[in-house]
Amino acid sequence: MKRGVITAFLILICFLLQCTVFRFLAFGGIVPNLLIVLTASFGFMRGEKTGLVIGFFCGLLVDIFFASVIGYYALLYMYIGYMNGKFSAIFYPQDIKLPVALILCSDFFYGIICYVILFLLRSRFDFVYYLRHIILPEIVYTIVVTLLLYPLILWINTRLERGELRSGKKFV
Amino acid sequence: MSPIVKKKGEKFTLPSKYLLFILTILCTGMVLLTFNTTVFSGPLSAVAGYTVVPFEEGISVVGSWLSGRSDELASIRDLITENEMLRSKVDELTIENTRLQQDRYELTNLRQLYNLDNQYDEYEKTGARIIAKDSGNWFYSFVINKGAKDGVAVDMNVMAGSGLVGRVVAVGPNWAKVKSIIADDSNVSAMVLSSSDNLVVSGNLKLYNSGVIEFGQLIDSDNVVVEGDKIVTSNISDKFLPGILIGYVNTINSDANNLTKSGYITPAVDFEHLEEVLVIMQLKQNVTEE
Repeated sequence: MKRGVITAFLILICFLLQCTVFRFLAFGGIVPNLLIVLTASFGFMRGEKTGLVIGFFCGLLVDIFFASVIGYYALLYMYIGYMNGKFSAIFYPQDIKLPVALILCSDFFYGIICYVILFLLRSRFDFVYYLRHIILPEIVYTIVVTLLLYPLILWINTRLERGELRSGKKFV
Repeated sequence: MSPIVKKKGEKFTLPSKYLLFILTILCTGMVLLTFNTTVFSGPLSAVAGYTVVPFEEGISVVGSWLSGRSDELASIRDLITENEMLRSKVDELTIENTRLQQDRYELTNLRQLYNLDNQYDEYEKTGARIIAKDSGNWFYSFVINKGAKDGVAVDMNVMAGSGLVGRVVAVGPNWAKVKSIIADDSNVSAMVLSSSDNLVVSGNLKLYNSGVIEFGQLIDSDNVVVEGDKIVTSNISDKFLPGILIGYVNTINSDANNLTKSGYITPAVDFEHLEEVLVIMQLKQNVTEE
């Protein structure tokens, strides 16, 4: 219950930051993708199921406010969360290389899928331009933000897990 | 309380594979359903409107207050000199204004005589504040703080200053989503004010940074359209009210087919620093509605 409330709160905060505060801090019109960081982190910290559920809700929020159809971003974020969950077996909290690499791959995957579905299918063929001006800058900015945001998410997660252990609950 | 208490560990749990499968079906279903209809948008946008929008509004108020303060400090010196200049200009303009008012009086009379319809400055408008911008980097849409409760409806035109910004594509109870004319997937039917030639204005992600938008399919066999011509929304558009300024022709080129022309337009609106917009509370009249 406590975990649910805190996670919902985190999703809300990240979404709000991404579409308000970071719009003021955008470099060349590019904002970092905090929701990817959140989805991927919970994916490899907590496993496939948590990853996909959090991804689903992150995506749904984006869908409602900014997409032309409902379900597209939910699907995309959900699969990103699920795939990150596959790596939870080799995740150790002390190691920062794996999280950064996974978030980098996730954001790259997100960019490629967005390009293919939203642009390539409308015959915008200049992939190199979009790669250099949208996808790569977004990845770089996201990674920079990850270095600040990820320790915070990790800290919240370890606090929650410690609390759950103490109250004798089993992991879901 | 029954003595058989459900233990936490015995709770039925769905394997993640199946959950993924179910949610994938659900999402695909929703995509297909919402592609042409607006089944879910009502309840979903209502829920989102009451949970997210109040926060967005708060943050954007604080944010614009802060950026406003920093702008103020930077420009106070400029303002002093500008103020003096403007004072003298005010006197000048007051004289001109009285003269123009007389002309206007005459114009109104003549309009009534000709039964001309309203110009767009006479449409009923409502001001709204931008509270969130697109969370991704691919499109340019934003959310405003007025919704169905304030009378905003889908397809209403949105302006800032004197230029066209876009149109409302979705509404919640207290928010509305606006797709701008510079978004990559937006097309606006427009015309050249001077020659009434029709053309299509389309947004392009590649041109965001250069501050222009594309136009195409302009048939101008007499070569009368020149750089600097005003482009306004056309009267054959089924979403946009006629005669709203879009921008000015920046460059113009002949297409390879030698029949049509295309080029770039400098928009009349500064999309970089958009904070407040005006929603025109009137919808384009459609033939079917009559």
